[in-house]
Amino acid sequence: MQRSANMPRSILPLSICDLRLIKGDRALLGGVNLMIDHPGITVIMGPNGAGKSLLLRCLHGLIKPDFGRITLGHQSVADSSDQQAMVFQQPVLLRRTVLQNLAFAAPKTAKTDPQCLMRALESVNLADRAHQPARMLSGGEQQRLSLARALLSRPALLLLDEATASLDPASVLLIESLVKAQSAQGTKVILVSHDQGQARRMADEVVFISNGQVAEQSPAEQFFTAPQTPVAQAYLAGEISF
Amino acid sequence: MDSLVEAFRLIISLDADLFEILWLSIKVSLVALIIAAFIGLPLGTYLAITKFPGRKFCILLLNALMGMPPVVVGLMVYLLLSRSGPLGWLGLLYTPTAMIIAQVVLITPIIAALSNQVIEHLHQEYSDTFYSMGVTGRRAVAAYLVDARYALTTCILAGFGRAIAEVGAVIIVGGNIDHLTRVMTTAIALETSKGNLTLALALGAVLLALSLLVNALVIGVREYAAKRQYA
Repeated sequence: MQRSANMPRSILPLSICDLRLIKGDRALLGGVNLMIDHPGITVIMGPNGAGKSLLLRCLHGLIKPDFGRITLGHQSVADSSDQQAMVFQQPVLLRRTVLQNLAFAAPKTAKTDPQCLMRALESVNLADRAHQPARMLSGGEQQRLSLARALLSRPALLLLDEATASLDPASVLLIESLVKAQSAQGTKVILVSHDQGQARRMADEVVFISNGQVAEQSPAEQFFTAPQTPVAQAYLAGEISF
Repeated sequence: MDSLVEAFRLIISLDADLFEILWLSIKVSLVALIIAAFIGLPLGTYLAITKFPGRKFCILLLNALMGMPPVVVGLMVYLLLSRSGPLGWLGLLYTPTAMIIAQVVLITPIIAALSNQVIEHLHQEYSDTFYSMGVTGRRAVAAYLVDARYALTTCILAGFGRAIAEVGAVIIVGGNIDHLTRVMTTAIALETSKGNLTLALALGAVLLALSLLVNALVIGVREYAAKRQYA
């Protein structure tokens, strides 16, 4: 397939080797090994405290691990930071208008093109709120704006840390459709979610984390129909709290 | 009572002496405020968002300097500017410039320390997002200053309140010279000691009105910011 000029550069393969994060005498991540080399959407699942969000934050460079190596498309995390974008569970918006929030995050080329910013707002159904203070938007609208802001740089890797938790179903579906569309354009998406329904709708691949380690990595269909590890089976059966 | 009535007559009749003193007071404090804000705001922001050895000590020092007695500041600036001092050759002692320098020394720590607290709070909220967006260095400092604009305005107004009401430092370095360095606070002190309560009361009333105006502005700015979720 020929790469379109608008397509983000590939950041694959994404390789995590013996990643350890230790706090006191507790290993929060206890030697994570992971290789992601397929495009599409990878969903990271696992019980509370398993280390999903920590792993995502390490990938993004927000946390420096105590040991181990991460490479993204043969680059280090630091070298690939401008090719990544992350959407957090709690959207953090500047104390400015919706449009100014986008303009702040926009690459230089987009900053000089107001139409580009408006198109980005239209894509998340926020064009009519462009001149309102961003922090007066509802939770779902704020998260849509966060996503629009993250997508402006056309990242090669989009990380979402429970980005739809506590949103209403309509907002969840809209965000999911935007993420899927972005994935279809070539962005690798890694998404942390507790929501099995969402994982079934979105995932091409599932990485299951338990006790700070990768317990299972399989195609989504296989994971949901025939999980290979007892811990994943118990999780899907609702026997482990999430 | 007669003095009070006469004081209000002075204000209403726009007495030249009174307004000369008022104008000089506002001019000195405003110039000092602008300089202090240019130093204090970036300094407070830098200390809030940058980690380096000794950072906590710097913040501790700033907080301690907030409570520095004005007469001590006045004495330090006096020693600096007096004829035998290191900057004596500039001939600034007993000029409005000396008063501005003293006020800058006095209010810069206030603006820096208060803005440091404001920006530190904002930094806790924004740091991950800014990292994610690749916002660092001067761009981050500018963004913090813009986003904390309303809270910082109240810090600046607090600095102005301190500067305009200050007497100890400006009397030492300004000398309270009539038509040259006499400001509201020093004039009130002098006129009271002379028993001329009319001018002292008139100046006191104007000073009080200014203080009320500054506080009203602080409240107004806070309410505006809260209403628009910009606080």
